[in-house]
Amino acid sequence: MKIVKDAIAGTLESSDLQVKVSPQKQLEIVIHSDVIHQFGDQITIIVEDTLKKLGLTEGLIIIEDKGALDCVIKARVEVAVLRGSEVNELNWRTLK
Amino acid sequence: MNKLRRSMLFLPGSNAAMLSTAFVYKPDSIMFDLEDAVSLREKDSARLLVFHALQLPIYKEFGIETIVRINSLKTEFGLKDLEAAIWGGVDAIRLPKTDSAEEIHELEVHIERIEKECGRAIGSTKIVAAIESAIGVVNAVSIAQSSPRLIGIAIAAFDYLVDMQTQRGDGSELFYARCAVLHAARVAGIDAFDAVYSDVDNDEGFLKEVELIRHLGFNGKSLINPRQILPLHNAYSPTQEEVDYARQVIAAAEEGEKRGLGVISLDGKMIDNPIINSARRVISRYEASGVRQ
Repeated sequence: MKIVKDAIAGTLESSDLQVKVSPQKQLEIVIHSDVIHQFGDQITIIVEDTLKKLGLTEGLIIIEDKGALDCVIKARVEVAVLRGSEVNELNWRTLK
Repeated sequence: MNKLRRSMLFLPGSNAAMLSTAFVYKPDSIMFDLEDAVSLREKDSARLLVFHALQLPIYKEFGIETIVRINSLKTEFGLKDLEAAIWGGVDAIRLPKTDSAEEIHELEVHIERIEKECGRAIGSTKIVAAIESAIGVVNAVSIAQSSPRLIGIAIAAFDYLVDMQTQRGDGSELFYARCAVLHAARVAGIDAFDAVYSDVDNDEGFLKEVELIRHLGFNGKSLINPRQILPLHNAYSPTQEEVDYARQVIAAAEEGEKRGLGVISLDGKMIDNPIINSARRVISRYEASGVRQ
């Protein structure tokens, strides 16, 4: 999967997060979070794991977290990447 | 004893905060909505959010049934919603705007295919049919009897009343539809759910409507605000007198069974299976939320 255009998913409301993706030659993840000191490592692991499942190896991923649960982080990252990749078909087995 | 389904709480599938916290209100069922509560441009986002939310173990730990209201299978979203829900591990699918048994049969075919693909037991995904039109009300019996997957049918008032060229009033406008749906559910041996009461600040009106549907015999009600859960559960709780009588009935039935009696009586009155089942339902409601306050 490859990001071919700028895309965004999620909101800046409490318990949610916003994910922006842009095309870029190497993979770069930037995370801003209200709970970065307590959960920064955990958020990074979830984001990296989600991107790995999607097979994404390049692109700029910017995350603004407002205290989202793991399941919300996964969903928002997936939607932003899918929108940026213009992919419509999902492999549910991979995403589980 | 069947699962209690007094409260079926609607949650917009695109709302991360509500999806993350709704379980604390302990509704009997949570209904993740991918249809009317989600804008067209957020359908993809809501679908993935619901797919992941369904996998939270908290629902099973709290005994909360999960249901997903998909978009109509006639839309470009319906089938994708169905795949997300079943792969996510949903308990039941709510099919909106069900007009005929054929629509349930079409849904069943897709569900079975997806169950096979994801390795779920065939038949494990249940269905709730929502009736939202005059034709749906007229066909309610055949809809309710259309599939062993059906656990209930629901009346959804807004679209039905538009179809009937009227609007919400004192309840008389829904009387026939409520009775038709309820009778269909009882004929099929499944649950019946009443429509949402959308005026969330009108506690008195809500409780009046709950009293009406409880007396009619509905198993429960669709809700759009968690504030309505406690008063609804309280209204469905038995009185202390009803609990005491139910305990006597069950004790008499157990004693009769132990002694091999064909006919059981309590205080000179015959106790048969419908009375025993009714007593068990009373105890089940009591165990879920105590006696009525």
